[in-house]
Amino acid sequence: MNRPQRKRKEKLFIWTCRIATWTAVAVLFILLFHVMREGIEWLDFQFLDSFPSRKPERAGLKSALWGSVWLIGLTAMISVPLSIGSALYLEEYAPQNRWTRIVEINLANLAGMPSILYGLLGLAVFVRYFGLESSLWSGSLTLSLLVLPVVVIAAKGAIRSVPQSIREGAYALGARRWQVVFHHVLPSALPGIMTGVILALSRAMGESAPLIMVGALSYIAFLPEGPSDPFTALPVQIYNWAARPQDDFHGLAAGGIIVLLVLLLTLNAGAVFIRNKLQRYKS
Amino acid sequence: MFSRSIDHAVHLVLVLCVIITILTTVIVVGLLGKESFLFFQQVPVWDFLFGTRWEPLLEPKSFGVLPLVVGTLKIVFGSIAIALPLGLMIATYLSEFASTRFRSIIKPVLEVLAGIPTVVYGYFALTFVTPILRTLFPDTQIFNAASAAIVVGIMILPMISSLCDDAFQSLPNSLREGAYALGATQFEVAVQVILPSAAARVGAAVILALSRAIGETMAVTLAAGATPQMSLGFLESIQTMTAYIVQVSLGDIPAGGIEYQTCYAVGLLLFLMTFVMNVIGNHFINQSRKIHQ
Repeated sequence: MNRPQRKRKEKLFIWTCRIATWTAVAVLFILLFHVMREGIEWLDFQFLDSFPSRKPERAGLKSALWGSVWLIGLTAMISVPLSIGSALYLEEYAPQNRWTRIVEINLANLAGMPSILYGLLGLAVFVRYFGLESSLWSGSLTLSLLVLPVVVIAAKGAIRSVPQSIREGAYALGARRWQVVFHHVLPSALPGIMTGVILALSRAMGESAPLIMVGALSYIAFLPEGPSDPFTALPVQIYNWAARPQDDFHGLAAGGIIVLLVLLLTLNAGAVFIRNKLQRYKS
Repeated sequence: MFSRSIDHAVHLVLVLCVIITILTTVIVVGLLGKESFLFFQQVPVWDFLFGTRWEPLLEPKSFGVLPLVVGTLKIVFGSIAIALPLGLMIATYLSEFASTRFRSIIKPVLEVLAGIPTVVYGYFALTFVTPILRTLFPDTQIFNAASAAIVVGIMILPMISSLCDDAFQSLPNSLREGAYALGATQFEVAVQVILPSAAARVGAAVILALSRAIGETMAVTLAAGATPQMSLGFLESIQTMTAYIVQVSLGDIPAGGIEYQTCYAVGLLLFLMTFVMNVIGNHFINQSRKIHQ
């Protein structure tokens, strides 16, 4: 092939790649635009402050919204200490042997396990075996197991990026291991860990399959008062509306999606803010 | 010596945290194994794996899982057919051609696509993609494999593009410089040098994305329908393994019944498929990371 031909091919290729990239960006905006167009008319104060109803014009997502807030709060309280503890052990304490390798491979696999399998686990263990019924406990424990590997992997990265000199400095001043870990390593790694936590929680906030498995109901006309109450969540409510054939309910689903996306966007903006402002050591 | 006992206590607590992560896997495997064992005492494994009729809720019952597997494979291959070429081109563009500034803007935008909940993709498939398909191909059913495959493809696209981008970026610049010195064009460098050198990690990215697509649940439940069938068409209603599990759990199925156990048998199959793929995918990524470091 001669030079001009090869040059033309090069140009064509670069343009194809450029178009592919812009296509992906365009798809995102089409998706957001479509949801906005369908849902914006349903979005008002009444929608945020009403319980689900068979009449679309009176339906709202009050119980779903509060259910999601409860779920994410409980999930954070359960999963954050557990995953930070696991990450600290794996990075700061564990000897580098075959067992730690197995634990790390296991973590990577858990992070890739389909969420519906966590739902099957939650159904059999929390709902049936521990007799927690379809309560917020069952939902949040299931979600905690789901986010655990994701947070551990993120936290491990943040802890690893703390410079060795910090540890050595503390040891040189006579600190014991736990003092080094909790007074120096953990505070330095915290912004990175928080970013991972927020991103994992926003994933949990959008999960619906495992919640449907543990029995989150879509018609709940009261607010949960404690963790043992039955619940619904935003994505479950959206699923329920979207699964109905009537157009009005599709509009409600779109309205619910807007609320969900705004919440997720806020969470993610928080994560980006923490990453940019507070992170001292980048991995 | 108070300090020393704290040291031991802290160590112990942290070990307990790690044990929970291992316990999760053990319980999942044990649970799926136990319920499936009970299931296979009533239904021969052979009938389950190679039966071509899946009608566990209607009499006469039939427990051939192949229709669900075929449904899942349609979604998997349909989505990868969209996500792989697009993802590779995006990764090539970001890694080889785009300016650092453009790259730093586009990468987070693509990550947003990955962060959108799957139920939203389901809604999008049902209310946007399907109507378009129905105007293009009038015999498209309301629930169809094609629209679900398209949105699952969009969903796994950021995963492929970002893993491939990482793979391209990790290659030493000397490879590119050597090729340019021999007079290669940017096209030739990208396709004949960069892509083959990163082949192992691109393969790993594809395997991990396939595993994601297999386990994808809500978009498929909403958009692909609930009719398990053995067919080749993409425009008709199907059912995937994940959608079946959701369908059963939406109804009130008593514990211990055969319907309940089918969920776990299908779940076990799902687990084995994704587990093997995740192990292979992660292994390749770690391997090539070691080589290039």
